Amino acid sequence: MSIQEIQNEIVEEFSLFDDWMQRYEYMIELGKSLPLIEDQYKMDENIIKGCQSRVWVHAELNDDKIVFTADSDAIITKGIIAILIRAFSHQHPKDILDANTDFIDEIGLKEHLSPTRANGLVSMIKQLKMYAIAYQTQLN
Amino acid sequence: MGLNIEKIRADFPILDRKVNGQQLAYFDNAATSQTPRQVINSIVKYYETINANIHRGVHTLSQEATDAYEAGREKVRKHFNVQHSHEIIFTSGTTHSINLVASGFGSLLQKGDEIIVSALEHHSNIVPWQMMCEKTGVVLKVIPMTLSGELDMEKYTQLLSAKTKLVFVNHVSNALGTINPIEKIISQAHEIGAAVLIDGAQAAPHIKADLQELDVDFYTVSAHKICGPTGVGILYGKEEWLRKLPPYQGGGEMIAEVTFEETTYADLPHKFEAGTPNICGGIAFGAALDYMNQIGFDKVASYEHELLTYATEKLLEIDGLKIYGESLQKTAVISFNVGNIHPYDIGTLLDKMGIAVRTGHHCAQPIMDYFQIPGTIRASFSFYNTFEEIDRLVGGVKKSVMMLS
Repeated sequence: MSIQEIQNEIVEEFSLFDDWMQRYEYMIELGKSLPLIEDQYKMDENIIKGCQSRVWVHAELNDDKIVFTADSDAIITKGIIAILIRAFSHQHPKDILDANTDFIDEIGLKEHLSPTRANGLVSMIKQLKMYAIAYQTQLN
Repeated sequence: MGLNIEKIRADFPILDRKVNGQQLAYFDNAATSQTPRQVINSIVKYYETINANIHRGVHTLSQEATDAYEAGREKVRKHFNVQHSHEIIFTSGTTHSINLVASGFGSLLQKGDEIIVSALEHHSNIVPWQMMCEKTGVVLKVIPMTLSGELDMEKYTQLLSAKTKLVFVNHVSNALGTINPIEKIISQAHEIGAAVLIDGAQAAPHIKADLQELDVDFYTVSAHKICGPTGVGILYGKEEWLRKLPPYQGGGEMIAEVTFEETTYADLPHKFEAGTPNICGGIAFGAALDYMNQIGFDKVASYEHELLTYATEKLLEIDGLKIYGESLQKTAVISFNVGNIHPYDIGTLLDKMGIAVRTGHHCAQPIMDYFQIPGTIRASFSFYNTFEEIDRLVGGVKKSVMMLS
């Protein structure tokens, strides 16, 4: 599936919920189901700055596609990163770079998009895109 | 007579607002307090009627603004029972006040001299001194804390020596709410000839400190913690110390005469008030103290204590909830965690319910390191909070824990 298709799918899933509690409960579920990052990648240099909780992201190239793994010590943050990874993992670097993140707004998590928000969603997106730039350069 | 909470709440327009569709319950008072209409009105009145730059102005507005600003200083003097109004320096707040002292005090010290901080401090009362130590070779010693979140006073006594020149401790810990035994800290330091700076930022909203009785050398306060506006606060310093300290910033207002060969400095307090000050802030700070005094600190303290006792009891009923800071002497602050749940998760869900708390390390990382936790959820209460709001907090925490487990 393309990034856009996955994002549409996520938006559709979230549209089933009619209040914030259900949305957050779902996010918490997603956080819990996030495949664990290997311990060796939970090192300080993989920590995303700007989050009140710790977030580790690891990326590797597999068959010209980037595979992201991540973890956080806060479960809501983990849910947010799980959503991002679902949209962006196993994709070509160029597609990741071209993708927008409007779907975050559409699933009712707009408040997390503020750059001053302590969970650092903006930093997370930036970090995923940085990896995409790095691997794109490698592929060229 | 107790407090008329309904009447008091009507003074705070912000308490009516909704957050995420829910009625706001504001428990982040230790970060900043809310502002009553009386203080807001003083700000509006200033800008609508007397806004002008102060001191040395020949025109009427300037005179009136100067009088109002100096009246603000006088209110601060009276409130803290300070001997002279020129011992009150207006600053932008506690951080500025501490930096002012730390920056100047270094010039009075020699390499190898010692200064003492406590393990319970806000970063504002640690970093400026570390910067000073780096420059001067002065040695920083730390009074350790105990598991209950109190200072280890025996260790403090042991740290004091002929080398000790200055002790700086907060009156109340921002992260835990512990009220430190500053009377003892001050008198013991004075016995060996050391000066004492007390960071009063967290104490000011709850305790009316009598600075002459305390015999403290420096005391710092931020107006926004005590129903005043942000961006203004004070440094109290004993006259003899303020005369010894060199100026902090150069500029207008702080000079007597300027030539390119030599500049002489203005007398106290202006020596430390370079540039156009926060005039409106000084006036509004005065209005905030008027407001607080009209309500009465005794009543505030006893009501907040009731809130603290009630909230502590109710929160402790929650399975796995642990409170950090269990001193019997504490202000209405509860720092806690539930099981292994990250404080950020609970804080985020509480916010969705309209409940404002603070999460994180509260700018006091050494305390979090001591307890080996990433941070806490901190609910800090004020005299305008209600028991019903605390019920909502407790219910909100329970609901969050359910969602997160």
